[in-house]
Amino acid sequence: MFQFDFDIILKTLPYLLKEGMAFTLTLTALAAFGGLVLGTLLALMRLSTLPGLALAATGYVNLMRSLPLVLVIFWFYFLVPYIGQAILRTERPVEVGAFASALITFTLFEAAYFSEIMRAGIQSVPKGQLSAGYALGLNYRQVMSYVVVPQALRNMLPVILTQTIVLFQDTSLVYVISITDFLGAASKVAQRDGRLIEMYLFAALVYFLISFLASLLVRRLQARTAIIR
Amino acid sequence: MSNSAAPMIEMAAVSKWYSPQFQVLKDCTTSVDRGEVVVVCGPSGSGKSTLIKCVNALEPFQSGTIRVDGINLSDPGTNLPKLRARIGMVFQHFELFPHLKITENLCLAQEKVLGRSREEAMAKGRALLDRVGLSEHAEKFPGQLSGGQQQRVAIARALAMDPIAMLFDEPTSALDPEMITEVLDVMVELAREGMTMMVVTHEMGFARKVAHRVVFMDRGEIIEDRSKDEFFGSPRSDRAQLFLSKILAH
Ligand SMILES: Nc1ncnc2c1ncn2[C@@H]1O[C@H](COP(=O)(O)OP(=O)(O)OP(=O)(O)O)[C@@H](O)[C@H]1O
Ligand SMILES: [Mg+2]
Repeated sequence: MFQFDFDIILKTLPYLLKEGMAFTLTLTALAAFGGLVLGTLLALMRLSTLPGLALAATGYVNLMRSLPLVLVIFWFYFLVPYIGQAILRTERPVEVGAFASALITFTLFEAAYFSEIMRAGIQSVPKGQLSAGYALGLNYRQVMSYVVVPQALRNMLPVILTQTIVLFQDTSLVYVISITDFLGAASKVAQRDGRLIEMYLFAALVYFLISFLASLLVRRLQARTAIIR
Repeated sequence: MSNSAAPMIEMAAVSKWYSPQFQVLKDCTTSVDRGEVVVVCGPSGSGKSTLIKCVNALEPFQSGTIRVDGINLSDPGTNLPKLRARIGMVFQHFELFPHLKITENLCLAQEKVLGRSREEAMAKGRALLDRVGLSEHAEKFPGQLSGGQQQRVAIARALAMDPIAMLFDEPTSALDPEMITEVLDVMVELAREGMTMMVVTHEMGFARKVAHRVVFMDRGEIIEDRSKDEFFGSPRSDRAQLFLSKILAH
């Protein structure tokens, strides 16, 4: 009869957390930050009156949103060394490393989604706010960075965090380039010790708990900002 | 550079179209002298907001010229942000920055545009806040103040830039009646100190008290541009008479 082995989880927990979860959280945090910065720039490009900029940003966003993430991760891992080679004109493909490759990929991919969120956020700021900024003598860059983007971020914070939770789950896809994230670490143990059920159940529970708690937090935040507005 | 004999604001034959079929301003010509208070009134949709927003180039216009302190807005060499920094503007809906505290609202442009230090900007901001009677609200956010208080902060924010002229676009029309006076009092004081002001308003009491001239607009045209006494004494056009009778009826 099947015996559920709690010990295996307890024994490997330090490894799972220190190797796996640390990687997963680092990648999530860095990619969310990078994606938000790049996404905000893309949103500003899309809303700009220069047609070339708007078109380029729209093209980029649509391209990223039409590709499966796994494919992008996979292709990037193989392509980035050669792109680096072409740009830097080195003799050999540039060694990027799996972590850097994953970080770049997620940042570029998430930027497409964050740009849509930030575009809605920027458009949610009343036009009078821009007028007030310009009337005080601020220039475009200053109006955007001190008046519009901070309010857009604040208005969109719940959506941004929700997207980040999705990103947190999506980071498990790095298994295609053999990175040991949390799921990868659990998977390794499972294979090694033949404890598939325990490890995968535990991994599912951890992803669920973190995502669920985070979304509870988002909801509370939402209720609070609703009062302020 | 500034010519003290010339008007502070000079508009000559300003026309603006929102689309080829819709001309919102038709050949508007008027001026505001230094230290003068000009009230602009007229029916809703007549183009008052558009006109006043053209003065600090918040709205572009297609023909005519506007000079502020002798500087031509349409001149490609004109640094518009720099010019706007010298003209204060107060909006119907206050437009304080809701994510910034009152003090930060007062300091932002002083620091970023005029390059003042935080201490300098803060001192100026506090002095003006005191002047509009709101010192105790310095650390609050705009959303925590009443409409009248927010509008007084907005006036202080504009004054913090040491403007050469102030533009007001219906500064009291979004306020509850009991808050209108507190804002008008600040404006009256400003006018009496000799500030150059262009004020879009339907507050005829304010106009009678401090305006030097009244400009009446209808359908994008300046129909009357006359001294206050002339305007209230005997408006020449039927449209102005009709407008005044409507507005003074209640
Ligand atoms: N961005 C725009 N595009 C097209 N039409 C506009 C735009 N802004 C204003 N208008 C139109 O231009 C006309 C003048 O508008 P404006 O806001 O200057 O009038 P107003 O005299 O200030 O009116 P109110 O007393 O209602 O504030 C109105 O008919 C308005 O609908
Ligand atoms: Mg108006």
